[in-house]
Amino acid sequence: MKKQFLAAMMAAAMVTGLTACGGSSTPETTAAPTTAASQETTKAEAADEGEDEAKETEKAEEAAAPAASSGELIKVGIINNDPNESGYRTANDKDMKEMFTEANGYDASFAYSLKNDEQITAAQKFIQDDIDYLLISAADTAGWDSVLKDAQDAGIRVILFDRTIDADESLYEASIVSDMAKEGQTAVDWLKGQGLDSYNIIHLQGVMGSAAQKGRTGALDEAVTSDGWTLVTQQTAEWNAEKAQQIVQSVIDSGESFNVIYAENDDMAKGAVAALDKANISHGVGKDVIVMGFDCNKWALEELLNQNWNYDGQCNPFQASYINEIIKTIEGGGTVAEKVVIMEEKGFDASEITQEDVDKYGI
Amino acid sequence: MENKEMKKTGVSQMFRSLLSRQIFIPIAALLLLAVFNLVTDPSFYKITFGYNSAGDPVLSGYLMTILDYGSELAILAIGMTLVTAATGGQDISVGAAIAISGSVVLRVLCGTNSRPETLQAPIIVAFLISCVVAMMFGAFNGVLVAYFRIQPMVATLILFTAGRSIAAWINNNELPIISEPSFGYFGGFIPGIPVPTPFFIAAACMAVTALLLRFTNLGLYTQAVGINENSSRLNGLNPAFIKFLTFVLLGLCVAVAGLIKVSRLSSINYSVIAKDIEMDAILAVALGGNALSGGKFNMAASILGAYVIQFLTTTLYKFNVQSDALSAYKAVVVIVLVVLSTPVVREWLSALWKNVSRGQQGKEAA
Repeated sequence: MKKQFLAAMMAAAMVTGLTACGGSSTPETTAAPTTAASQETTKAEAADEGEDEAKETEKAEEAAAPAASSGELIKVGIINNDPNESGYRTANDKDMKEMFTEANGYDASFAYSLKNDEQITAAQKFIQDDIDYLLISAADTAGWDSVLKDAQDAGIRVILFDRTIDADESLYEASIVSDMAKEGQTAVDWLKGQGLDSYNIIHLQGVMGSAAQKGRTGALDEAVTSDGWTLVTQQTAEWNAEKAQQIVQSVIDSGESFNVIYAENDDMAKGAVAALDKANISHGVGKDVIVMGFDCNKWALEELLNQNWNYDGQCNPFQASYINEIIKTIEGGGTVAEKVVIMEEKGFDASEITQEDVDKYGI
Repeated sequence: MENKEMKKTGVSQMFRSLLSRQIFIPIAALLLLAVFNLVTDPSFYKITFGYNSAGDPVLSGYLMTILDYGSELAILAIGMTLVTAATGGQDISVGAAIAISGSVVLRVLCGTNSRPETLQAPIIVAFLISCVVAMMFGAFNGVLVAYFRIQPMVATLILFTAGRSIAAWINNNELPIISEPSFGYFGGFIPGIPVPTPFFIAAACMAVTALLLRFTNLGLYTQAVGINENSSRLNGLNPAFIKFLTFVLLGLCVAVAGLIKVSRLSSINYSVIAKDIEMDAILAVALGGNALSGGKFNMAASILGAYVIQFLTTTLYKFNVQSDALSAYKAVVVIVLVVLSTPVVREWLSALWKNVSRGQQGKEAA
């Protein structure tokens, strides 16, 4: 039995290794496609990933070669969450890959994991590889102190993006984050402005404890107590459309009335709307139920444009340009003015949104 | 006196045979839940007739929700039961495989554009292609288990880890959305029919399975291989092929469940679609009273088990139990089942029963 268990563990370790070789989660150097031509190749040959990636790298290198020869590349190690996690993450990863190319003077390595310990291991690897900058979007807020100290000792500068961590501010140069509480506040203020006679809200929460969930829930909870709104149900659907659909279905089955759906991301709002459609409950501008989402996925903004939803709050995934600026400042000998950079984020109202907004802000 | 004793043992034997009948466990669980809901809130059983936003007649209510959402699980339970019986192990990659087959369906329907105005291929073609793909992934698992003799849980761990990334690659990491309403029928309602389509799909799968088990030797062979591989080989069976076959059949079940899943929202989210469904499918098999170590199985009990799980889920949602606590409740069910099925407890229970009936007999004799 012991042997079997050991064998199972070893196989598990191997499997992790295998998938890593597949190209999704090792710190391997992949240059992102820089030309439109290579992007087209990607689309045409989506089925065969391995081959694809090789081609992408080739093309990107070809394109970048002349620019790269001009000066020494800045080595950056980027630790991010799994790009498949959500549309937000996919957009974030794409943005990073487009910014940190050889053409822009960077030699970038990427590591992906949704697990904190794996991210820390990747960080240690990057430190050994003697990179110049370490960019981290941490899976979890705790446990980063010692590895950041190692980085500091090795003279590596750390920049946090998207998510903060619980570590001393002196351990990193800057952190570029979204203010989730402000996102929630903007949404709740908008909802207040609707002036409904009564507020009966179905609140679909994200994964409990995540920064986005805390921020977006906090604002609503406050308004519920201060303005006497009613929460018909407050459940976590864990960012999952199917779960959201079941939760809303359950409320509909129970016969309780509601007039607002406050979903903490677009996927859950979509699931909720699927349940509403099934029960013939009208939703959208001037209809029975107000639908609110977050993240500004392109398809969600299109729902707004079609007046099927009422509100979508932005969660800005485009941090790469901010990071680039900070690195340029440091390289130029300057100092970073603000430790914590909070990105500008909007909330969209279905009655005001335009096609331009959809194209510009949709992810 | 003797006559009376005979009667007594007759009753006790009947009770014991009912207890030992496999289907007793899911039926008991179902009754327990049903009675609980009846006592706390009889409106649980209310079914209303209405129209959905497309103007088609629909039935709604908690019971319809259970039939609707339990369908994918029931379909998966069919395949999982066969795999469990033949290999004595479970496939933990079904959730990831659903992501893959769902992704294939959308890929074929969308072509190169992720937001097509019209479908690029008939739905049936997309479905058949996804069946082939899902069966190929099933075959991959099957080869590892049957021919390389890797433990099922370890072999399927590969796809469990890699599957969702593969699903994302298939669609180039884009998020396809299908606007064609007829695609939504598979996870919703067919116009004019007020019962959710997934239930019909599940019923069709059950009918096919029943016919397969009735008119082929599939059931007999899988059980024979699961009970004793060597003796079944000596009797002229090919155990490796039968194990392989069960994984391919599970692949087919995965493709059907995948179609329903992507049809529900006409879209896909690679990382969360059918999340943790493998655990529910295994739980359905266990709840059906089937030994997870393989051998004999009872298909009807597994399917019933799947609906019991959905019954439990829906009940918990109704009582506003935090949805992230659902797995804790399911865990309690698993613990009770596992403990009840251990030989130690079974022996102890049957000894207890004997003592009780003997004690009563003793009293009567005195």
